Amino acid sequence: MSAQDPLEARKARLSTLARAPADRLLALWRAHAPEPPAHRLLRAPEIGTVMVRGRAGATGAPFNLGEMTVTRCSVRLASGAVGHGHVQGRDKAAALAAALIDALAEDGQGEAVEAAILAPLRAEDAARKAARAARAAATKVEFFTMVRGE
Amino acid sequence: MYVAVKGGERAIDNAHAWLAEERRGDPSVAELSLPQIREQLALAVNRVMAEGSLYDPDLAALAIKQARGDLIEAVFLIRAYRTTLPRFGASHPVDTGAMACDRRISATFKDLPGGQILGPTFDYTHRLLDFALAAEGLDPPAAPQAEASAAPVPHVTGFLAAEDLIQPEPEGPATPRDLTREPLDFPADRPLRLQALTRGDEGFVLSMAYSTQRGYGRNHPFVGELRIGTVAVEMDIPELGFAIEIGEVMLTECETVNQFTGSKTEPPQFTRGYGLVFGQTERKAISMALVDRALRWEELGEDNVGAPAQDAEFVLYHADNVQATGFLEHIKLPHYVDFQSELELVRRLRAEAMGAAQREAAE
Repeated sequence: MSAQDPLEARKARLSTLARAPADRLLALWRAHAPEPPAHRLLRAPEIGTVMVRGRAGATGAPFNLGEMTVTRCSVRLASGAVGHGHVQGRDKAAALAAALIDALAEDGQGEAVEAAILAPLRAEDAARKAARAARAAATKVEFFTMVRGE
Repeated sequence: MYVAVKGGERAIDNAHAWLAEERRGDPSVAELSLPQIREQLALAVNRVMAEGSLYDPDLAALAIKQARGDLIEAVFLIRAYRTTLPRFGASHPVDTGAMACDRRISATFKDLPGGQILGPTFDYTHRLLDFALAAEGLDPPAAPQAEASAAPVPHVTGFLAAEDLIQPEPEGPATPRDLTREPLDFPADRPLRLQALTRGDEGFVLSMAYSTQRGYGRNHPFVGELRIGTVAVEMDIPELGFAIEIGEVMLTECETVNQFTGSKTEPPQFTRGYGLVFGQTERKAISMALVDRALRWEELGEDNVGAPAQDAEFVLYHADNVQATGFLEHIKLPHYVDFQSELELVRRLRAEAMGAAQREAAE
């Protein structure tokens, strides 16, 4: 991940934080930073929605499918580094943690938060997905063609 | 017309207190937790999210608990809560081709790239009550696992499209009309119809779809593909200047392949119906695809045979169960003045009619 360009790395980081289960995100964050870094709230944690869109026939005209809950937060560290957090669901503490993690990574601590928080979250996400994919694979149909009497 | 009346506060308070007690049920029975509802009544949670038009399993579980399992009441609670939240924006259209599929079946092609994946389905169960479930504490054996393939699972309609055998999906406006922000207005274009159908009442959409199968606007559907799984939701974040994934949602998608006879100018091609619904909601997604296809008669140059499922106003105005419940149930509210005038009218008419009969008898 560290070999990526900074923009892609930030995108990947924020996406990982957004999808993480709130309790896991908070547990890893509190273990990494028992005392949260000094910061100012640029945008206090705020619960809202995002309208999720689909496409007619999967490829055609966009349409509104329905909303999902999202919580967002923005912070500035004493150094001036700014972090933006977005998390799925309604957990304000998780949104604040995501913003602080983003800010620390922007403040040169990218490798530390990668090792302590992002890598474990990604691994757990991959394990969850793999567990479902393996169960799905076990339900794949193997067809037998019946031989007709000719 | 109903007239505001005062009074009854104490009765209302006491009724609500009793409601809370009845909701809890027998206190010697353990109380349901939200995680229990979310995990073990997941399909009810999915339905409430789909019709409530808000993807949040914990909120849907709370609504189901508060509504005592009345799913339309739960949908109502979710809709009401949703209106209190600011909207941060809209996502990019989700890429269902990249779905991590729990289930993916096709009724049109037996052997297809990615294969037929049954997933956690009720299909092929015998619909016999399983009394083992009545004995609690029996954990099911772990589901078998197999090596998952990393190969893509392309859409079936893509194969047909590659040969021009199916009508292409036209592009539409990047910002679709939104019936939660403006009143439903006709003519309703397809994006608006799809929004109304995906949040519409499952029973209503099912019955409309069933009516097309029974001959009221038949459209010969094949389930080209049905897939259930999770997709990432991406949104542009203005303060960042790029898009990030803001979460993931489970969706059910149904693409139907329907007959089309072609015209003088166009060679024959299959046509499409489309269903996409929050959660594992297979019955709803298939129903939505059939009704979507029926509503497309005009743009596909078909005859309006007068079937209910072809009538966009009929379908869209009656698909919403919160609206329908609101209007239906308002008639139980006090209509004392209304009724009083009707009562007086009937009494007067009866008196006149009886007076006339007496005069006739006397003559």
